[in-house]
Amino acid sequence: MARQNWVLIAVIVLVGLIPASGSRFYVFLATDILIFGLFAVSLNLLLGYTGLVSFGQAAFFGIGAYTCALLKKKAGITFALAFPAAGLLGAAAALIIGMFCVRLTKIYFAMLTLAFSQIIWAIAFKWNSLTGGDNGIIGINFPQYLDSKTRYFYFTLTIVTLSLFILRKIVNSPFGRILTTIRENPERTEFIGINVKLYQLLAFIIAGFFSAVAGAIFGVFNHSVFPDILFWSASAEVLIMTLLGGMYSFFGPVVGAAVLLYLRMQVASYTEYWPLILGTMLALLLFFFPGGIVGFIQARTPKTANSK
Amino acid sequence: MFATGTSPCASRKGATAREGFVLMSLPDPSFLIIQALNGLTNAMFLFLIASGLSIIFGVLGVLNFAHGSLYMLGAYLTHQCVSFFVDVPGYFWWAVILASLAVALLGGVIERLFLRRLYHREELYQLLFTYALVLILSDLAKLIWGTDQFSVSRPAILKGAVEIFGQYFPKYNVVIIFLGPCIAFLFWFIMLRTRWGRMIRAAALDRETLGALGVNVNLLFTVVFVSGSWLAGLGGALVSPVSAIVPGMDVEIIINAFIVVVIGGLGSFWGTFLGALIVGQVYSLGILVLPRLSMVFIYVLMVLVLIIRPWGLLGRSLQR
Repeated sequence: MARQNWVLIAVIVLVGLIPASGSRFYVFLATDILIFGLFAVSLNLLLGYTGLVSFGQAAFFGIGAYTCALLKKKAGITFALAFPAAGLLGAAAALIIGMFCVRLTKIYFAMLTLAFSQIIWAIAFKWNSLTGGDNGIIGINFPQYLDSKTRYFYFTLTIVTLSLFILRKIVNSPFGRILTTIRENPERTEFIGINVKLYQLLAFIIAGFFSAVAGAIFGVFNHSVFPDILFWSASAEVLIMTLLGGMYSFFGPVVGAAVLLYLRMQVASYTEYWPLILGTMLALLLFFFPGGIVGFIQARTPKTANSK
Repeated sequence: MFATGTSPCASRKGATAREGFVLMSLPDPSFLIIQALNGLTNAMFLFLIASGLSIIFGVLGVLNFAHGSLYMLGAYLTHQCVSFFVDVPGYFWWAVILASLAVALLGGVIERLFLRRLYHREELYQLLFTYALVLILSDLAKLIWGTDQFSVSRPAILKGAVEIFGQYFPKYNVVIIFLGPCIAFLFWFIMLRTRWGRMIRAAALDRETLGALGVNVNLLFTVVFVSGSWLAGLGGALVSPVSAIVPGMDVEIIINAFIVVVIGGLGSFWGTFLGALIVGQVYSLGILVLPRLSMVFIYVLMVLVLIIRPWGLLGRSLQR
């Protein structure tokens, strides 16, 4: 465990050195990866740890992005307040939506999360006076003290590191262990006197909070928010990231986000047929590497294979 | 709300100025009828597509995201066949038959070669595989047909319109409104009265036992997937004269088809029919009442059904 922590610190330091390369491209890409890495890990708290297939996680990402953007632009509230408010509103929305969703199981849970996220998408799409509809909200500036791509990158790195640290504490806590137990067998977990629905709801709220935090960072990072980020295909994409990296490992989704976003950047300069490549990649992954990248590596490394 | 205005012209005259203003904002009843008929036409298209989705879910337990892509391919292939056979008499119908059969064949290939290998895995893998198909098929369609918008002209005998209460309604839509229930009855008959229908219903309940009784469940699954795909292809082929054939029509239809099967009940046949009618009317009439909110309303309806009756309006209440 201690060795893993040293590796993590080394990775964070290395990521922190990216701006020193002087490449604006890599700073941009690294910020993007950090944001979606956090988003994917928060989804994986539901998917990999609790066994809940949320097909509407983009709703909370979008709520975070819109809340932060609207509070900053329309209400003139400073970023320092708008940013945590975005996370809290995401958690509140997850509380309300989650109360209904956790009553259902499996495919019905997935469909209900999808339906809720589509409601939020439709509202953002149609409520022109508030959200700008299809034109979105543009011209969201960096706060003054973060007024450069590099500074914003360090801000993102700090928040994401902190969030991942908290999430890792959560999944390794007794609470997290119970979530894993629920994933393995909800009925038996119920039998040992655990309120399964309550734990699922708490996981849903935590996931909603961190998805919204990721969304809030994303909106300001792009200086704009569009309803696309709420659409169901956005939820599908983050599911793919999670699965690509490996849903049975904590940092798997971050790896998935990194690989997917890097590939998309690279592919975009050669061809417009990125969905074709993503689709093929996803199909290959599902058939041949169901454990994702991290799962594949772990299965090939004898030492960690035993400890799983 | 609209039922009160049976003779709005008469009441409009006697009404005070303020009431008159309210009544004026109500559309003409004959227009409402046409709008309802348009909703009915859309409902029939939705039914064709959603019934395929529903039967595949009911038997195979797979929620097929790629169903909308099969529908899109049906439309594109019809366009292709129409431009190919334009000199043959009755070319439109030949194109519909050929295109829907080609889509059915593709469905068979997908099930046999790929989907079959994922049945023993978690639902998430099946779900994401069909999503991978959505991505692949949408880009393949773009590669083959480009991003231009196509349209297919209506067959010659159905070109005009019929007059209903002084409004014109296309003949083609009338045919679709009659064709929808015909296909529904055909499927209902097959499911209820034939040997294959009985086996399909049995497979939906307990596939292991059915296999133990000596039924070739693998073949049955392929047959179900092929017929579901055929319905999607047929929907796409028949919609081609009334709707633009564009990239993105796959994603647009699949969500509506999901809403239909969820409202009606996943795997329930008549539920799908009812769901299609409801969704069709909400879209066509809802747009008159609250144009902004009709889309929100349809999702709210889906959420309400899932919360109150997760198995849908006419579905069986069973723990899956």
